[in-house]
Amino acid sequence: MNVSKSLIFLCAVFVLVVFMPAEEVFGLSNAFQGKVFEQKDQKPRDSVLKVAVGDRAPDFELPNLSGTTTSLSEFRRKNVVISFVPAAWTPVCSDQWPGYNILEDLFAEFNAILLGIAVDNIPSLYAWTREMGGLWFPVLSDFWPHGETADRFGVLRSDGTAERAIFIIDGEGIIRYIDVHDINRRPPLETIVDQLKRMTSPDNAGRND
Amino acid sequence: MKRLSEILATVFLCAALVLSVSVNVSDAAPTVGSEFPDVAITVPDSKEHRNYLGLKRGDSFKLSQVAADTIIVEVLSMYCPFCQAEAPAVNTLYSMIEDDPELRGRVKIIGIAAGNTKLERDIFVDKFDIPFPVFADGDFLFHKALGEVRTPYFFGVRIADGAATVFYSNLGAFDDPASFLSLILERSRSKNTEVSP
Repeated sequence: MNVSKSLIFLCAVFVLVVFMPAEEVFGLSNAFQGKVFEQKDQKPRDSVLKVAVGDRAPDFELPNLSGTTTSLSEFRRKNVVISFVPAAWTPVCSDQWPGYNILEDLFAEFNAILLGIAVDNIPSLYAWTREMGGLWFPVLSDFWPHGETADRFGVLRSDGTAERAIFIIDGEGIIRYIDVHDINRRPPLETIVDQLKRMTSPDNAGRND
Repeated sequence: MKRLSEILATVFLCAALVLSVSVNVSDAAPTVGSEFPDVAITVPDSKEHRNYLGLKRGDSFKLSQVAADTIIVEVLSMYCPFCQAEAPAVNTLYSMIEDDPELRGRVKIIGIAAGNTKLERDIFVDKFDIPFPVFADGDFLFHKALGEVRTPYFFGVRIADGAATVFYSNLGAFDDPASFLSLILERSRSKNTEVSP
């Protein structure tokens, strides 16, 4: 290798090493300090969607934290926002649902219900959401058969966790919005609210966008 | 020539490693006695909040430009359950300050909503009816300058001679607004800036 090639190579290494993204603090709340499993950034997306906007959403019936089950079909005539999160006791997830916990009025304004779904079992989800102080919306366990519902939507990752994904389904059971988000980042609330606004506007202009 | 390449390789890699450490490792939170980070903050749209901070219309301001002797800075997040739980107590703290003619105008509170978009900030402010200015820090710029602290985090900052100096720096909620205000006033007046929280 001559000097000029060496310099180019070393400059590339220099830039990569120095400006490699720092691990960001998204699990900000002191509520979970020392209690969540800190992990490095993961592959942003590791699944292939099996549904599309305009499709009828796959129905499901999953155990909830009240000891009964909840199905999607219970919410006909309501807009349903499904929040899949990768796993309990992980940094970004541990801040995402507590934020949604102050949005009950906002969801009601848009005739919407929020369903939180994780692939963890009920005891783990119970302990985790208790740590959040309790949640107003149903939290459903997609633990067994493991990740079956996540897989039917196409958001089950190869390691058995789910994507960080938002699906918005209208009162007729039709999927109107999908955001399979970078697993390392929290979806901004704007996208959810904007979609719900469009779906509830008088001209319903947001259909299938 | 080969020797020169080896030397260059060693120098570059050493420099890269040193710099990567300095770039990627978060700085600690500003400590007592240090200058508060010189971050440009967007001037509030609200006239009421501009008046509260003693600011004119404009693009940005720095904390040292706020018309106050003492500023309490709370780093919070809409997504933080402890911040949600703490919000009524911080509102009480604000009221105690505003109701005291000796403190009103001299001691002020601002919030930094770390990682929150404007909508997320607005939802938090509306939900808890927060009267003081809360600034959305959606891209974590302010948060990074503050050492990526967890939330809620409280700084006490003394403003004097155009400088903003940290005199209190502490993670976590305070127990009682009256006790916290007494502590802040005591620390703010203290000449010894090395007192730990």
